[in-house]
Amino acid sequence: MSVDKDTVRRIAKLARLAVPETRLEPMAGELNGIFQWVEMLGEVNVEGVPAMTSVVAQKLKWREDVVTDGGQAAAVTANAPDGEDNFFVVPKVVE
Amino acid sequence: MSDLISMTLAEARDAIRAKKLSSRELTGAFVTAIEAARPLNAFITEAGEQALAAADAADKRIAAGTMGDLEGLPLAIKDLFCTKGVRTTAASKILGNFIPPYESTVTQNLWDAGAVMLGKTNLDEFAMGSSNETSHFGPVFNPWRASNSNANLVPGGSSGGSSAAVAADLCLAATGTDTGGSIRQPAAITGRVGLKPTYGRCSRFGIVAFASSLDQAGPMTKTVRDAAIMLKTMASVDPKDSTSMDVPVPDYEKLLEGGIKGLRIGIPKEYRVEGAAAEVDALWTKGADWLKAQGAEIVEVSLPHTKYALPTYYIVAPAEASSNLARYDGVKFGYRAPKARDITDLYERSRGEGFGAEVQRRILIGTYVLSAGYYDAYYSKAQKLRTLIKRDFEQAFEKCDVLLTPSTPGPAFAVGAKTSDPLEMYLQDVFTVTVNLAGLPGISVPAGLTSNGLPLGLQLIGKAFDEATLLRAALAVETAADFKHSPAKWWSV
Repeated sequence: MSVDKDTVRRIAKLARLAVPETRLEPMAGELNGIFQWVEMLGEVNVEGVPAMTSVVAQKLKWREDVVTDGGQAAAVTANAPDGEDNFFVVPKVVE
Repeated sequence: MSDLISMTLAEARDAIRAKKLSSRELTGAFVTAIEAARPLNAFITEAGEQALAAADAADKRIAAGTMGDLEGLPLAIKDLFCTKGVRTTAASKILGNFIPPYESTVTQNLWDAGAVMLGKTNLDEFAMGSSNETSHFGPVFNPWRASNSNANLVPGGSSGGSSAAVAADLCLAATGTDTGGSIRQPAAITGRVGLKPTYGRCSRFGIVAFASSLDQAGPMTKTVRDAAIMLKTMASVDPKDSTSMDVPVPDYEKLLEGGIKGLRIGIPKEYRVEGAAAEVDALWTKGADWLKAQGAEIVEVSLPHTKYALPTYYIVAPAEASSNLARYDGVKFGYRAPKARDITDLYERSRGEGFGAEVQRRILIGTYVLSAGYYDAYYSKAQKLRTLIKRDFEQAFEKCDVLLTPSTPGPAFAVGAKTSDPLEMYLQDVFTVTVNLAGLPGISVPAGLTSNGLPLGLQLIGKAFDEATLLRAALAVETAADFKHSPAKWWSV
């Protein structure tokens, strides 16, 4: 599998990442280098091997379904690049 | 004064307990040393005034007889740990002005024990790198230089600011995080100790996430004893992190004693790789001899899937990173691109302008391997490889208690030497990354110098949640190596 310029453009769109037109080609080259190296995993037969889901054996913890925190609108919005009255301000979303 | 800053954490603790030294005096010495060491660029944010105030508060508690385990001891914190009210950047432009409204659990544990924060150390952007050269705040320079050169070398990464700070005596100890080797590799090439605990040993709450199934916090210190002291306080069971394991935290320092007589040390033959420096191999053999001389039994073991660990990592880690970093969109916190046309333009340009080149590369790799049509070929396959890599260790640990390997393929390299080829940089983690994929604890201990005077480390790998045995073996390596070297302080004018 080889990554071309259009593929990089498509992945960048999926990742919501603005990659300048002039960077698409070099990025395709860099990614191809990495994916070619990764191809060596093809040597390994993984038939019947379960995919890892947890690196240490553990049961997911349960807790009471109760409110443990809240009422901190000012702290939540304190780092907002743009905000008003404890709301986040973004460009118009609905025409 | 240089006597004060070159103390180990244990020595400083004992001096403070014996009231031979005040926290104010000690903290002041470090604040001065940090200012003088600015050419190293080890810190992104210095917190001198706050540190002195915290030292005064510690001295009051000492006088009142209510001391914590780390009372009054000045530490440096990797700028990936959220610190309430103190800027936390992850060395990224996208978090350049972020001031957390909360504290990470690991740092909270340290402050609850009385420790003093000197500042936030530099790192690779979002901990993605092995040389601290991807930081938005510029590279960190290794305090060590080759005996025949004045060239600046890298301090390793991603915890390069922490490794440089510990090596240059700018703190008693530092925190790091390790996703593929980011504590052990920088510790090794700066001649210090770096411990990555078992996955789940330390809480990840409040640590800026890179790859959540691999990330683990740990100490970077001058000695093995100091690592044991730090780990006891850093580790805890935390309801805020569902992967923090509910197992008791022992007193690691007390468990250091007892020696290694009868301990079985495994030597994995697959760790003899092409391209590793000859001196690395020789040191590894010497390390095995040291342990044997102290009564350990040396056993050859095999970890057959070792060579697949790095490519597996470069699927799993970017996949998780692309998902974790989706939150940085210019809306709720962090950098926002100016004059966005619409919401999509705001997302794409905030991320395009806010993330550096290596982070963007990994987001794209991660997005690709998780995308429709490629998920099975890459991500599923890598998760199966991960099972095999973990199984290798389980089988090896039937024959031994601890593994001994090199820490890195070579010593510190020149700034800029490996930045043009990502693959060459990734190979820095060839000996460390397997441990993260298997969730095991690993430690790097300074073990010797190259012929041109640069430090090399040896790595020990333990069974899950058996940091106590790991530390005991590490102490044996440390004792035999008797590594007393320190870098010449060329940065102080």
